[in-house]
Amino acid sequence: MTEQTNGATSLLEIRNVSKFFGGVIALQDISTKVGAAAVTCVLGDNGAGKSTLIKIFAGVHKHDAGEFLVEGDPVAFTSPRDALDRGIATVYQDLAVVRLMPVWRNFFLGSEVRKGKGPAARLDTDAMRKTAKAELLAMGIDLRDVDQPIGTLSGGERQCVAIARAVYFGAKVLILDEPTAALGVKQAGVVLKYVLQAKERGLGVIFITHNPHHAYPVGDRFMLLKRGKSLGDFAKSEITRDELTAMMAGGAELEALSHELQGGGGVAAEAAHELEAEVQNLGVVAAEERLTTS
Amino acid sequence: MTTTLSPPQTDPDERVARVGIVRRLVVRPEIGSLIGAVVLFVVFAAASSNFYSLAGISNWLDPASLFGIMAVGVALLMIGGHFDLSAGVLTGTSGLITAVMTTQWGLNIWVALLLSLVLCLGVGFVNGYLVTRTGLPSFIITLATFLMLQGLNLAVTKLITGTVSVGGMTTVPFYDSVQPIFASKISIFGVGFKIQIVWWILATAVGAWVLAKTRFGNWTFAVGGDPVASRNVGVPATRTTITLFMIVSAFAWLVGSLKLIEQTSVQTNQGFGEELIYIVAAVIGGCLLTGGYGSVIGASIGALIFGMTNQGIVYAGLDSDWFKFFLGAMLLLAVLANQFVRRFAEQKRK
Repeated sequence: MTEQTNGATSLLEIRNVSKFFGGVIALQDISTKVGAAAVTCVLGDNGAGKSTLIKIFAGVHKHDAGEFLVEGDPVAFTSPRDALDRGIATVYQDLAVVRLMPVWRNFFLGSEVRKGKGPAARLDTDAMRKTAKAELLAMGIDLRDVDQPIGTLSGGERQCVAIARAVYFGAKVLILDEPTAALGVKQAGVVLKYVLQAKERGLGVIFITHNPHHAYPVGDRFMLLKRGKSLGDFAKSEITRDELTAMMAGGAELEALSHELQGGGGVAAEAAHELEAEVQNLGVVAAEERLTTS
Repeated sequence: MTTTLSPPQTDPDERVARVGIVRRLVVRPEIGSLIGAVVLFVVFAAASSNFYSLAGISNWLDPASLFGIMAVGVALLMIGGHFDLSAGVLTGTSGLITAVMTTQWGLNIWVALLLSLVLCLGVGFVNGYLVTRTGLPSFIITLATFLMLQGLNLAVTKLITGTVSVGGMTTVPFYDSVQPIFASKISIFGVGFKIQIVWWILATAVGAWVLAKTRFGNWTFAVGGDPVASRNVGVPATRTTITLFMIVSAFAWLVGSLKLIEQTSVQTNQGFGEELIYIVAAVIGGCLLTGGYGSVIGASIGALIFGMTNQGIVYAGLDSDWFKFFLGAMLLLAVLANQFVRRFAEQKRK
């Protein structure tokens, strides 16, 4: 592991962060960081602790041990509001949108634009409608009617609304929770484009995914999670796409599975051969050895 | 930035079919109740000319207004995702507190009204606090406060006065100074309309404005539609929910006070059973039971339907024993119509 950063300052950094829920260790000794105009990918399978990590970033959970730094200052968020105030915006897997509410109300939810003072303070509905429409158009989503319930948009469109919202509200760090997980190939590509667009606008992006093929092209830094522990935190120069894929696939486990299947004979043995071939193809064993010893 | 964007030329978007004026009207949550109210008015007016005389209108606006005020509060709470079963009995509690403090303890009526308001707001706060703190369904929490208040109304009143009603408000000092606000009549062409109708219209107008045009209204829709999502984007969900419960209890105080000052006495069982009528009015008015969708104007029209049916059956010469049956049938019709309209509105725009 190196101390190399992407960009001059780390916008957000965690050092040896742990989180416990009663007797369950959800996260242990996790370290990573993201700089301005950089994308850090957090990769892990189901149950690896990705969601817990996001919730710490977003201020939903408070970490139990380790350090959490925002622009160099140690912080301990007590609510999502705290995180938002520090410029950390989270786009959730379940999208954090209220499906029955119109698009523009969702766009400004929690940060409504108002006019007038005191008891006469009211929503500036015209300005919000126009802004939402313009911002979405800038993101390539051309909605005729921002008054339609957001639940009527497709998953990719909702994701882009959420990203556009975060960018508009001046987020410095954008945390994306599995933004491509529920999407088709084409829509996933659109979302990846917005990830790069956010990066170009100088934002730090933390991109959570289980798909190395989505992560590698856009990422500058990769942190792998497994069962609440870190398998390593690598700059792009330190790891190849195949190595990343191999680590994600859990090469050693594939091999173990292949041995097990071989004992079964017949169809199982055939499957075992295929698995073994795949393990060979990926260069799994060699890669894992090299990375874990470095 | 202009509002008319030229469509992209290379890739015409087939998804953005024009939303017609009919659909825009039909997707309003209150449209079902409005049609229902018009139909009912025509039916009862055809049955009896007294129904649409000024005296007749004053007659059915009377019950509609008190239920309407409560329906506005209950609709706001229901859009925010919760029920309040204690709201009906709380109107009784409100009146009893004021009546006991003035007639039994000789407190100034203004002070008594203020203390009653504070105590009612306290009940609302406890409801909201328990619901948000425990995460239990508001149905259960407010069912408990409903039963407790019912017991308190009876037991405490009997303990203090020895009877099940408190009267004699007219002899209380300064009664004349509150009477114009809570119990006067406005004369239109010689027919007296109760001031509570003005309170009802005011409550509806303010409620509708708050819901559509304020940040609090936006939060109300949000916490009712998806509490987790709204909390995640920075909406103070707990505060919003507690405030909604307190709004309902403030309305319960208003209705209790209106009744007490007008009738000059209060029974310990006042308001019992009315909590369901408020919910019926809100649902007829287009509120979703699951929250996140609805209208206070619709809820007020729901209360109007209640008032018209209540009196209209008598005007039409029907046996008033059938009233509850009609109310139930209308509720069923309303929820079926609302469900159909909502599906129509959402499917066609996909």
